[in-house]
Amino acid sequence: MQYSDKVLDHFMNPRNMGEIEDATTSGTVGNPVCGDIMKMDLKIVDNIIVDAKFKTFGCGSAIATSSMATEMIIGLTTDEALDVTNKAVAEALDGLPPVKMHCSVLAEQAVKKALESYYIREGLMTPERTKKFAILGQCEHEENYEHCGCSDE
Amino acid sequence: MNSTFEERMRESVNRPRIYFDHAATTLPRPEVIDTVATLLKESYGNPSSFYQEGHRAAELLEDARARIAACLDVHPEEIFFTSCGTESDNWAIKGTADAHRRRGRHIITTTIEHHAVLHSMETLEREGFDVTYLDVDHRGILEPEKVREALRDDTILVSVMMANNEIGTIQPIKEIGAICREAGVLFHSDGVQALGAIPVYPNELNADMISFSGHKLYAPKGIGLLYKRKGVRIDRLIDGGAQEKRQRGGTENVTYAVALAKALEMSLADMEKESKRQTALRDRLIHGVIERIPHTKLNGHATERLPNNANFSFEFIEGESILLFLDKFGYACSSGSACTSASLDPSHVLLAIGLPAEIAHGSLRVTLGIDSTDEQINHFLIDLPLIVERLRDMSPLYSDYKRGVLPSLIPEEGSLDLEIAGGYGWSS
Repeated sequence: MQYSDKVLDHFMNPRNMGEIEDATTSGTVGNPVCGDIMKMDLKIVDNIIVDAKFKTFGCGSAIATSSMATEMIIGLTTDEALDVTNKAVAEALDGLPPVKMHCSVLAEQAVKKALESYYIREGLMTPERTKKFAILGQCEHEENYEHCGCSDE
Repeated sequence: MNSTFEERMRESVNRPRIYFDHAATTLPRPEVIDTVATLLKESYGNPSSFYQEGHRAAELLEDARARIAACLDVHPEEIFFTSCGTESDNWAIKGTADAHRRRGRHIITTTIEHHAVLHSMETLEREGFDVTYLDVDHRGILEPEKVREALRDDTILVSVMMANNEIGTIQPIKEIGAICREAGVLFHSDGVQALGAIPVYPNELNADMISFSGHKLYAPKGIGLLYKRKGVRIDRLIDGGAQEKRQRGGTENVTYAVALAKALEMSLADMEKESKRQTALRDRLIHGVIERIPHTKLNGHATERLPNNANFSFEFIEGESILLFLDKFGYACSSGSACTSASLDPSHVLLAIGLPAEIAHGSLRVTLGIDSTDEQINHFLIDLPLIVERLRDMSPLYSDYKRGVLPSLIPEEGSLDLEIAGGYGWSS
């Protein structure tokens, strides 16, 4: 299994790693028992994500996808950020090995977890928006069930 | 002033790479490589052929067998060449099951065996065999009496590895073998990691079968051995010609058999000296790592372990990311983290010694060899703490711990012998 140069670059030199002291919202997803946990802090001004920072416990691709996801969502409106999918994150990294696709799901989930509590708290959740959070209901491993090895044991 | 992470990473480019994964495989010794090159050119005959080239190959093969037998203090007829350690394990286990299934269908093994053994057992379970997997203690040791307690009238085989490939724990094989012999049950041991590292004399160990592999002791990949005591009857795994006394078909790999004999002789000639030297390096590494890196535990037994093996868990971080940084810094090591395997489960061995999954994910295995030096350990003891610190800075678990909202499972001062009762409380 080999990572792309881009994955290695984002792993070795992660962008936006850390925490935002006065974050508007944050979301933590994953589970240390499964070997990955991701915390995403967002600073939102006028519905625009002006800053994003992450902390991740996990493998190289978990760290790289967190890093890439923050780069992709900074500057977007919250609604635009909801449309950043795990596949887009993986593609921006020039792809991930199949067994690592679940790490990109985790990155998408972390962003959405933070936005979900933001929308709810601000009274902005609409039926239309609710649909975009379906991914939070699943184990991050489910979407790539046949690849990730969840089905092994 | 101490070098920073970035400085050390830059400097590592100018240094030869440091290979710390000898349990995975080894670089063949130069003398072994010479032997292979010479024989490939000069002695390509098939030992079964009825002309001079064949006779010469057969002589070389039997000479290699005799030399290996002498190293193990057994009869040459008790040595069988195979393609690898995995084949030897498969053959010993499935061959015994096939030959003795009328007598009984119960087999005893442990939870920490190599997959070559565990997956062979699973195949037999699907065929209707009943396999008992014995637990080891938190240091990875099997209590021999557990074998006695597990024996039944229909037990046909006990298989316990000599030394574990991940945590290096050495089992009380002689005692386990004696219990099996007393009960009249065949005893197999996976000796792949042990041969060349610690004394292995099948007769003293009361073993009926032992599997070995060439590439773990500075011979090439593609050659293995099965020691099978005279009179022990097992079925063939590989059907074919009349090679290996009709018990293992396939044209013999004469070149690699001779290479293995050469590598084994050289390893044994050096063993006493190398064992002392590597044990000293290992202990300096173990104590150095635990002293320098907070919240670190040694996995396995502090003393009953292979001279070349160190295995650690670093709390709050994950193993694959340690390996990636180590690789960048010029080191080849291995981890029991799920992310380094194809499955999402961390190493079955680390789980079997009672590590919670969140601690097993953060494991690192360092295995030394004849080419390992004091200077390499010095470098490692500078670089590893920097890497662990860098990853902890990125870890939300570590910030939670620092904030006082997450307990630590491994004390700050570290431990050589820690039994961990539970995890952080997340369920899987």
